[in-house]
Amino acid sequence: MSVARHSQLSPLQRLLQGTPGLWIVLAVAAGASYGFVQSPRSLPVRLLLIFSLLLIYFMPQKGWVKLLYGGGMLLIVLPYLGLFNPFLMELGFQIAAFATLAIGLNIVVGFAGLLDLGYVAFFAVGAYLWAFFGSQQLWHTDEAPGTFTIFATFPFPAWWFWIFLGVGVVGAAFTGVLLGFPVLRLRGDYLAIVTLGFGEVIRVMANNLDKPINLTNGPQGITPIQRPPIPSFFTSPEILEQLGQLAGRPVGLNDLYGFFFYFMAVAILVLAIFLALRLDNSKLGRAWTAIREDDVAAVAMGVPLRRTKLAAFAIGASFSGAMGVLYAANRTFVSPETFSLTVSISILVMVILGGLGSIAGVVLGAAIVTMLNIDILQTLSLQLSSLRQGSGTIPLLGIPWASLPTQLDPARYQRLFFGLLLIVMMIFRPEGIIPSQRRRLELHEEPAQEPPAAQIEGEIEPDHKLES
Amino acid sequence: MRPLLELRNVTKCFGGLVAVNNVDLQIEPGRIASVIGPNGAGKTTIFNTITGIYRPDAGTIRFDGQNIAGKRPDQITAAGMCRTFQNIRLFHNMTVLENVLVGAHTQTPSTLWGAMLRTRSFQLAEERARQEAIRLLRYVGLPAGLGDQLAKNLPYGQQRRIEIARALAANPKLILLDEPTAGMNPQETEAAIRLFRRLRDELGVTVVLIEHDMKVVMGISEYVTVIDYGQKIAEGTTAEVRKNQRVIEAYLGRSATSAQGPVGEGS
Ligand SMILES: Nc1ncnc2c1ncn2[C@@H]1O[C@H](COP(=O)(O)OP(=O)(O)OP(=O)(O)O)[C@@H](O)[C@H]1O
Ligand SMILES: [Mg+2]
Repeated sequence: MSVARHSQLSPLQRLLQGTPGLWIVLAVAAGASYGFVQSPRSLPVRLLLIFSLLLIYFMPQKGWVKLLYGGGMLLIVLPYLGLFNPFLMELGFQIAAFATLAIGLNIVVGFAGLLDLGYVAFFAVGAYLWAFFGSQQLWHTDEAPGTFTIFATFPFPAWWFWIFLGVGVVGAAFTGVLLGFPVLRLRGDYLAIVTLGFGEVIRVMANNLDKPINLTNGPQGITPIQRPPIPSFFTSPEILEQLGQLAGRPVGLNDLYGFFFYFMAVAILVLAIFLALRLDNSKLGRAWTAIREDDVAAVAMGVPLRRTKLAAFAIGASFSGAMGVLYAANRTFVSPETFSLTVSISILVMVILGGLGSIAGVVLGAAIVTMLNIDILQTLSLQLSSLRQGSGTIPLLGIPWASLPTQLDPARYQRLFFGLLLIVMMIFRPEGIIPSQRRRLELHEEPAQEPPAAQIEGEIEPDHKLES
Repeated sequence: MRPLLELRNVTKCFGGLVAVNNVDLQIEPGRIASVIGPNGAGKTTIFNTITGIYRPDAGTIRFDGQNIAGKRPDQITAAGMCRTFQNIRLFHNMTVLENVLVGAHTQTPSTLWGAMLRTRSFQLAEERARQEAIRLLRYVGLPAGLGDQLAKNLPYGQQRRIEIARALAANPKLILLDEPTAGMNPQETEAAIRLFRRLRDELGVTVVLIEHDMKVVMGISEYVTVIDYGQKIAEGTTAEVRKNQRVIEAYLGRSATSAQGPVGEGS
């Protein structure tokens, strides 16, 4: 997009200018890393690590410097720290995975303006594709879930995972087109409802396709799903030994997979960011924005509505298809529960929170929501429950921790937090944390002048034909 | 000469309302033609039917040798016809330049793969489209350097010009302008008239405009079609139409209620 960049820097950014800025960011990152080595389980340290990544993004430095810093953090420092606490790799994997989903959804909702509440369906398609072909499920298609003992061999060798990454992309894109067709004529609320239904249909199908042919193994889900083979070089005892010495603890195959999935997710995320940026700044990206702005004008300018919308659905879906395959391999287990409506909503929250239409924004949104989901709230819950075990009392109130009802467990209030977060955002910063250039201008600048009253008349409601 | 655009017995209804009733219309290539008529006569509906936004309930529409009735708007645009809207429909939150680039959609030969891989041909096509858009903005008389502004932040008269540039970007043989001078002051209107002439004289684009401002209509049209209650009630040169009894009645008949000036009064 070519909207003039706002050159004013925030106070924080001014601090991070020039050579001193480079050192400050380096110091924060090094401090966070050192803190992590000292206490690998500390939540504040993890937050500081994420914060240092944010600083790298925001520091007003040359592109290659930021790339060097960011790449160094993501590819060297974080994996190194992951040796001390494997949860860091899991966290990184989840953030990157959901960020990729958020970028895919952002193409549909943020770029093309098509509200999709069933986005998780495409994730499910990718995941179930590899779940079915990457497990022994193929041998058990004529047996009811729970009645069979798992056959010993896998129909496809584990390296087929790589092929299925592509299959997942194509399969999800195809599903995207499938969803796209019936909703081409719909706008706004209607579109949202139908896509929501579509997401549920896919989940319910996963739940029920254990008969007549057992494809999904029903609510029990499919397991084990193969992980791609790791080159034997890494699994050799010497390498594991060396890594173990670095980490100060024995390092095994599962740790290696932790690294592997982290790197894979980051790679796919980077690819997704790259493609989304390029598409946004192309003929197709402009066509998406145009139909979001005014589909009648867009089509009158020669933008084929059907193809442009289908492209948004297909491309948006394809990102989550690839991630679905990776996710299935990472968990070695899929079940319909993973693909509930709340996940679609979560991804939408990431997009809106971060900034509709803004790539950097949705990545940050994904980081925040994922951190809240799997780290912050869980950690608080754990701490609360350990307090409840003890005999201390709540400061000021004087009530013993132990008498605190379990209903007050923070992890139970996930949705409440998201709700509050969204409300606060909508009041104070409706364009998101890192808004897209366009939306920032859109929400904070008044039009130069109102059109004359005479121009309001003659609104066009196009024939249905327009959309078919 | 074979007409560039030819409507035959075109009818368009909204429920019980016959907004366009059995209209015949012929536009010769290279003309500047006007469609006039009182408020609510059905002029905009005719444009919407020609450009494919509405599908005609009856009749045929031939454009440049092919039947376009029932085709999609984007196909019709690709066939060489583009338009502006009565109530400006720019993409408000896109920049001026992007607006024109969307207009060039059918003229930009870039593919999905090209965009993803940033191929040489993609970059070339983008650069060419950009240059062309800048040229068009200058051509319609927009001050330089406004390309990066959001369209909605520009004054009204300039928005009308951008809409014309956006339509021109589709490289049309025929351009349909729906009340292009509405809301303009006299100087702006003068400049707009000059621009419409240049479109025809320099670019060879056939121009059809809907106008309420009789000074504009009488000043530049070579052919005028008068619509009332969805029907064509007269057509011909400005002089012929001005004298036509039905036209005078149509305008005077309404003037008691809508204070519309009679044809030929020039204000
Ligand atoms: N989408 C629609 N649905 C129902 N009625 C419509 C629609 N569009 C236009 N009409 C009606 O059709 C008639 C013709 O409208 P149209 O906008 O074509 O008139 P017009 O000649 O362009 O008028 P104006 O000079 O005010 O722009 C009007 O009575 C209008 O109310
Ligand atoms: Mg009109």
